[in-house]
Amino acid sequence: MIDKTKKTPMAQLDPVERSKTFGEVALGYTKEEAMQEAARCLQCKNRTCVSGCPVMVQIPEFLKLITEGKFIEAADKIKETNSLPAVCGRVCPQETQCEGKCVRGIKGESVAIGRLERFAADYAAAHSKPTEKKTAPANAKKVAVVGSGPAGLSCAGELAKRGYSVTVFEAFHKSGGVLVYGIPEFRLPKEIVKREIAGLEANGVEIRTNAVIGRTFLVDELFEDGYEAVFIGSGAGLPNFMGIEGEALVGVYSANEYLTRVNLMKAYDNSYVTPIRKSKSVAVIGGGNVAMDAARCAKRLGAENVYIIYRRSEEEMPARREEVEHAKEEGIIFKLLCNPNRFVGNEKGELIAVDCVEMELGEPDASGRRRPVEKADSEFRLDIDTAVIAVGTTPNPLIRSTTEGLDTNKRGCIVVAEGTTKTSRENVFAGGDVVTGAATVILAMGAGRDSAAEIDEMLKAK
Amino acid sequence: MTRIVKKRFLNDSIVEVVFDAPDIAKKAMPGQFIIFRVDEEGERIPLTIAGYDREMGTITVIAQTVGYSTKKLAAKEEGEYISDLVGPLGRPSELESNIKVAVIGGGLGCAIAYPQAKALHDMNCEVDIIAGFRSNDLIILEDEMKAVSDKLIICTDDGSNGNKALVTDALKALIENGVKYDLVIAIGPPIMMKFVCLLTKQYNIKTIVSLNPIMIDGTGMCGGCRVTVGGKIKFACVDGPDFDGYEVDFDELMRRNRAYSGDEKKRDEDCKLFQGVDIK
Repeated sequence: MIDKTKKTPMAQLDPVERSKTFGEVALGYTKEEAMQEAARCLQCKNRTCVSGCPVMVQIPEFLKLITEGKFIEAADKIKETNSLPAVCGRVCPQETQCEGKCVRGIKGESVAIGRLERFAADYAAAHSKPTEKKTAPANAKKVAVVGSGPAGLSCAGELAKRGYSVTVFEAFHKSGGVLVYGIPEFRLPKEIVKREIAGLEANGVEIRTNAVIGRTFLVDELFEDGYEAVFIGSGAGLPNFMGIEGEALVGVYSANEYLTRVNLMKAYDNSYVTPIRKSKSVAVIGGGNVAMDAARCAKRLGAENVYIIYRRSEEEMPARREEVEHAKEEGIIFKLLCNPNRFVGNEKGELIAVDCVEMELGEPDASGRRRPVEKADSEFRLDIDTAVIAVGTTPNPLIRSTTEGLDTNKRGCIVVAEGTTKTSRENVFAGGDVVTGAATVILAMGAGRDSAAEIDEMLKAK
Repeated sequence: MTRIVKKRFLNDSIVEVVFDAPDIAKKAMPGQFIIFRVDEEGERIPLTIAGYDREMGTITVIAQTVGYSTKKLAAKEEGEYISDLVGPLGRPSELESNIKVAVIGGGLGCAIAYPQAKALHDMNCEVDIIAGFRSNDLIILEDEMKAVSDKLIICTDDGSNGNKALVTDALKALIENGVKYDLVIAIGPPIMMKFVCLLTKQYNIKTIVSLNPIMIDGTGMCGGCRVTVGGKIKFACVDGPDFDGYEVDFDELMRRNRAYSGDEKKRDEDCKLFQGVDIK
């Protein structure tokens, strides 16, 4: 008997097994499971789920197509508004977006929209023929996109659909931004990212890797080269350190460095050359998705003890619920209400411990979260050989310091006119983390999509 | 993919490679560097731009064959390709004209010191170069350095070129003999740069060093290359690589540069690629 108030379960790798490999944890629905789950959708008239999606995927429509067994049509319906459905189905925090607004969620579990989006995208990729590569017409207007993360890819995909000649400039040797260097293989297989990007390229998007805007080319030079608009989607990639003693010890990483070595450079795979520290005990500082990713990578690299050190309580953790649960299942130890004071090294300058202090929650601060304050005489030492600092990132200064007249705020984020993606420079647009500070994949994609519409409108009027 | 236009060995372990890289050649300035990745399995490795030809659209790098990537690069033939090349990265050196400068290079550091000396020479500076090598057969760029300097002193650790001395001894002798330098630029192993700074501090001569920490991306997104300068954390890839030598914590830099030395050694032993292969 099927319980209609609950989500159709999705197969997952066993926690003990999976904590030793980088294989994908969640295995996805079968056709039958997908049809069963999609049938739970009540096809509401007021479509609150759609309002919860930053790119307004036509959710009831694509779910209906799945119930009819029209899986490729369902994927096409999603792609009308979402350029990277296989990615979003996997990494969106659906509980606070589409699924958070689902009517089914009031008296039971909401419809598993994310899992179904993922199913449709994967099914279509496996079963449809590769499309012929399109190129923009010779007289098409040229648009430059800076950064190939979710914001840039979404903007580029939309512009190509509208007939523009789009070039994406990427600083790394691989495109995808945080999708390739940040989010690990076990949450988002890199083959999936590659496949989605290949789809965009088939639609006419040109990607130039190894091109650093602010060094290899300047924003102003892009206009000299005939680009009529520039979209900046360069993200928030500059890691914050804490400014405490011992941060330069060998064994202390920023989460960006740790994850880049693991994900982009494949340091976990012996056939790749980039090294990573062999750790026994690892402390990850922070409570966001990046902290969860770093901790779960450390476990998979063979560390016996992996700690998450977070200064507030679990309730305030910004990480996705599902990732926190997965981390716990895999044996990550949570040291909550706890803050590091200093890193301790040996005579060779290598990390051997971290001194922490216990915290308690005081009055709510400006962000509305209760502010953690130190407990007196509560300092304790945790023996570790590796620390990963995941306390946030800000936008890289390379572009703002080499582009005159581009306004940024005191956090280094590009300022855009209220309700638009227009910057203080004419014909320069921006969206994603470079505007908002570190946020989510889907918000960045939404901004990229909005910007494409604004760029289109501006260039048509020209 | 980036094509290798020319390749030659400067000595048994140091190779000079010219790449077809018009976008980088157009922008490159002295003091800047590139990052290359030799193949799909390779690491991202930083190398200083030792020269560029804007018209030909080429850049030149000089590498010591110490590990996987540099050995594989050296084993490539002219006309072959490497996977990736990105640059120019880092801030260009801030060079002044019409001053008297001592440029100190240690070993491979001479490949980095040479473009700076050349730029200073072209800017009407009086340039003395002191270059240190372990032995006579390791000397590189002698003719090139001679052409851009007023005085070139080459020292060897073992005296095999007839001038057994440390670069610091040679610099000290010049200063004691009354040569007045406005600036010293020191580029080489951290230990050499540290001792040059300890010496020049006694005479209060401004000293610039070019740092060589471990790097991954080279664009400021990971902090792997962080160094402590004047008590503050700096990222060498975007804030440097040139810094005021008096402010740099060299001991910390040396410790951090050894972070993966065990892995590299083991990999060399494991790596069958180079067993019995004469890369030259």
